[in-house]
Amino acid sequence: MNRFLLPLAAFVLLLAVLLVGLKRAPEKSILPSPLIGKPAPQFTLPNLFDNATPLQSDSLKGHWWLVNVWGTWCVECRAEHAVLLQIKQQAQVPILGIDWRDHDEDALTWLAQLGNPYERVGTDHDGKVAIDLGVYGAPESFLINPAGTVIYKHIGPLTMPVWQHEFLPRVSRASVSGA
Amino acid sequence: MVVELGQFALILALMLAAAQSFFGLAGPALDRPRWLAAAPSAACGQFVFVALAVVVLMHAFVADDFSVRYVAVNSNSALPLFYRVTALWGAHEGSMLLWILVLTIWTMAFVASARHLPAAFAARTLGILGLISFCFLLFTLTTSNPFARLIPAAPDGNDLNPILQDPAFAVHPPILYMGYVGFSVSFALGCAAMIEGRRDQQWARWMRPWTVLAWAFLACGIALGSWWAYYELGWGGFWAWDPVENASFMPWLIGTALIHSLAVTEKRGLFKSWTLLLAVTAFSLSLVGTFLVRSGVLVSVHSFAADPGRGVFILVLLAVMIGGALALYAWRAPLMKSAVGFDLISRESFLLFNNILLTIAAAVVFGGTLAPLIADTLGLGALSVGPPYFNPSFLVPVLPMLALVALGMHARWRRGGLGDAGRPLLFALGVALLIGLGLALAVFAHPLPLTPVGAVLACWIILSALIDPIDRWRRHLRLPASVAGMSIAHIGLGVFVLGITFVQSNSIERDVALKPGQAVTVGAYQFRFEGGQNVDGPNYEGFRGKISVTRNGSPVTVLYPHKRRYWVQGTVQTTAAIAPGVSRDLLAALGDDVGADAWSLRLQYRPLIRFVWIGALIMALGGLTAVIGRRQGSLVEPGTVSDDALLGRPGPVR
Repeated sequence: MNRFLLPLAAFVLLLAVLLVGLKRAPEKSILPSPLIGKPAPQFTLPNLFDNATPLQSDSLKGHWWLVNVWGTWCVECRAEHAVLLQIKQQAQVPILGIDWRDHDEDALTWLAQLGNPYERVGTDHDGKVAIDLGVYGAPESFLINPAGTVIYKHIGPLTMPVWQHEFLPRVSRASVSGA
Repeated sequence: MVVELGQFALILALMLAAAQSFFGLAGPALDRPRWLAAAPSAACGQFVFVALAVVVLMHAFVADDFSVRYVAVNSNSALPLFYRVTALWGAHEGSMLLWILVLTIWTMAFVASARHLPAAFAARTLGILGLISFCFLLFTLTTSNPFARLIPAAPDGNDLNPILQDPAFAVHPPILYMGYVGFSVSFALGCAAMIEGRRDQQWARWMRPWTVLAWAFLACGIALGSWWAYYELGWGGFWAWDPVENASFMPWLIGTALIHSLAVTEKRGLFKSWTLLLAVTAFSLSLVGTFLVRSGVLVSVHSFAADPGRGVFILVLLAVMIGGALALYAWRAPLMKSAVGFDLISRESFLLFNNILLTIAAAVVFGGTLAPLIADTLGLGALSVGPPYFNPSFLVPVLPMLALVALGMHARWRRGGLGDAGRPLLFALGVALLIGLGLALAVFAHPLPLTPVGAVLACWIILSALIDPIDRWRRHLRLPASVAGMSIAHIGLGVFVLGITFVQSNSIERDVALKPGQAVTVGAYQFRFEGGQNVDGPNYEGFRGKISVTRNGSPVTVLYPHKRRYWVQGTVQTTAAIAPGVSRDLLAALGDDVGADAWSLRLQYRPLIRFVWIGALIMALGGLTAVIGRRQGSLVEPGTVSDDALLGRPGPVR
């Protein structure tokens, strides 16, 4: 064999590895959260829709929740909003919004104009809860099980494929195994 | 409207790149002198339109045009003007645009200096450069358009990632890109030589200054990046073997090998096919690095724009560009045989060892970088490769290489061993042993097993790099810029090794929790926490601690580490306080408020850390000296002493 062909052969091998790596890339969670498998942080937040009854983390137990951190100032959240509305339509997992560092009026206008995907919305004016959650940048979404444990985290806008391949299977797997 | 002009300019640049590539390659092949002459014009036009696109995007940033998606995601009206400009390359789309701009700048530089090259050869080189540019423009326009609109426009932007809001970041990416995109010229020259099937070694002479220039920029870029990480990320490290760092380091290692191999090819006509392979590899590694960073294949702290869709596109581009070049190599390299031999102790064989060892070093880095990916592909599960692998395995090829540097610098071409350099070299080794062991055992003390080795080798390299300049000075001979450049670069290497050796062996790091008034000892220094206060900035809120440092009771410095939380992205950022010094740096970084006024602190003592970056900069300076001197030298007449002595002492062969 021609020894000058060896570099090309090695490169073809490398391409194959890169291709396989690429196929698998979406499966990896880019920044695994240290919270996964741990109880979600406790919080009490003002309720966006009802000033009288604050939103308490304890009241969330007993259900699966998709916790979505957003803000009207967040560009990507606007892109994500349609996906959240679709998830709401599926009616499988309720969405809890955490309105991060935002003005209540802006938030209410936003939801009135674009539609409201959220079951409940807590307003995190000073960003303390977002820090407890280890939020890196909005939007960010957490899957929390009925026991209040963080099961999965997604950074950046949710998309339907991410929802269907990363979030829903985790919910159904858990319900089958009886958790 | 202005923004659409930017996009339009990019599309025109794409067309011109296609024209440059077509005329450059087809002109010589079909022997059409007019086509051939069109390639440089197309290259100039391309540069103009790419530059226009960059200006348009910059304008969108400066004017806070949040209807441009890229601007909305990476800027904010509260961001200072300076960072609004540098935010241009703060994320993927703009980085690609910068990449292309740098490529067109290199292309222009080549056009400007190609007058004394054979027209067909220059045209082919431009053709290859045009092809690269075309691929990247196509990629940018189809998958990462920086001019995409956001409708309706965002009221305000998402802000630039705070760790990128830093002066060093303003210059780090452009200089780094100047480096690894610069290897595209060596790559194109190599491809042109292979297309023509040139049997002579003229091309090596043309390739050398471009390679050295790109290599020098890359050294500066890597050093800047390392320095930035050091003071900005706040954990006192300067190199983490992160995939992105490795992506810039591998082309540099291969580029170093290429420079040395080019010397042999140019002087002696040897290693021709090997040199071509290195030229192809250096740029290929730059491209693979781009792929690794951009595609999300490898998880890295730097991968701010991971997107598998883009990954497939880049992979296809890699297959075309690298695969094409390697196929060309397999076809043409067998033609480039050389028939001269050389002795075991000769300049040639030392440079061969240099090449082999540098290539192994690059392979070690490459293997470590790709290992997690390969393990994942083979289903072996997640694998994390970090400093525990890289540090020791990198030393395996590098230590023998360092040991050979002094000898290699002074060995003669072809045969004849060390000649009259033997005695000064031995003398230099003696002095190096004295200084090196003194530093390792007495001055810094507490050595690790390899500390004396590193110190002695570093001193030997520095001293033996001085032999030639001193010798010429004593004999009242002129010091050619090329020899000066080589000596400077090797001194830089020695300084660098000295820095690494002691910073790795003698650093002290302590994590403590202190209340105001409490103190702790780090090495010879006393760090005393004096408390702190809240400090808010234009787009963040923060806390500033105060730590006074004393040595034997006398005050040394006061450190003010910061911790900031940026409102818009909610990111928390720690800025370490650093008291820099030639012989040592002292660092303090704030951890968390642990209650009752106490803060957790990370305190560090890092000896000679400045030598690491200064060494890299001296190496780059050496490269620049050689290139500039060579340009002036070549104006006089080719083949003079200055030219012949490119790599040191004049050999007996002439």
